[in-house]
Amino acid sequence: MTGSLAIVGYGLSAIGPGVGVGLIFAAYVSGVARQPEARGMLQTIAILGFVLCEQFAIFGIALAFVFSG
Amino acid sequence: MIGVPTSAGFVPPSPADFWQPLIGDGGFAITRPMFLMVLTTAAICLVLVLGTRRLTLVPGRGQWALEGVYGFVRNSVGRDVIGAAHVRPYLGLLLAIFTLVLVNNVMGITPLVQYPTFSRIGFPIVLAVAVWAVYLVAHVRRNGLIGFLKHLVPPGLPVFAVPVVFVLELLTFLVIRPVTLALRLFGNMFAGHTLLLLFALGGEFMLLHGGAFLKVVSVPTFAIFFFITAFEILVSFLQAYVFVLLTSLYIAEVYADDH
Repeated sequence: MTGSLAIVGYGLSAIGPGVGVGLIFAAYVSGVARQPEARGMLQTIAILGFVLCEQFAIFGIALAFVFSG
Repeated sequence: MIGVPTSAGFVPPSPADFWQPLIGDGGFAITRPMFLMVLTTAAICLVLVLGTRRLTLVPGRGQWALEGVYGFVRNSVGRDVIGAAHVRPYLGLLLAIFTLVLVNNVMGITPLVQYPTFSRIGFPIVLAVAVWAVYLVAHVRRNGLIGFLKHLVPPGLPVFAVPVVFVLELLTFLVIRPVTLALRLFGNMFAGHTLLLLFALGGEFMLLHGGAFLKVVSVPTFAIFFFITAFEILVSFLQAYVFVLLTSLYIAEVYADDH
């Protein structure tokens, strides 16, 4: 079995952002459930948090390709 | 692909697949994303100029659609984040970024084109540098260089923490923000298109070169390909929205001491 260990590393590093994004949207859902009229504002905040969290996974992809080459 | 002897000979997609020169090669070349960028920019200009030439109070169908895009950028991004008092000079920038990113991302899943321009790192870098220049210049012009440097450290910090926070914030302003802005767009487009390539190439390989079992497995592979294509539509909109949202957040900080 051959392959690049960098890709395995990327899979491991994607766990963190995955958990983070899950937490953010869990908070968003419960926030909207409690206060449906705050949906618009919460949506902006949720997407912002999602993006800031997701960027680490994206860096991971870039680095995985850098180190696998 | 463990234990599948027929998998030998399959070439997985790599970053090299994104290098597609049309004219010339090597150091100087007109590549496919360059051509696409010129094409989409011209198309956006044409649509916006022709669509807003004869504006009526009761909008027709085309004007209604354009006003929808403009209204989205102005109301739910510009006014909500920057604030109605200061948003006006930046509306052109925000609308240009939103339409450019959106159209170029959608090009990644448009049949016959199928190349997201921003999956080449050079294009998002240019956008990020433009945004970076705008918010730095706006900051210095409004608050002065001293005011800008003062703004970096929040008031009420203990003295020993001030230099640390100052260096960190300066680094965030000058390096981390533009880098993350560019890398996020690039990473999303690149990763999405690589996935599409992987499932298309893998499905084709399994169907044409695989054994009986792999031929059967190629059907769900193509199904996943369609699913990811649909997912890419969502990502295109999300990334365009996020890019404008972050741009306006960075600009909004210039006016943060107002309220």
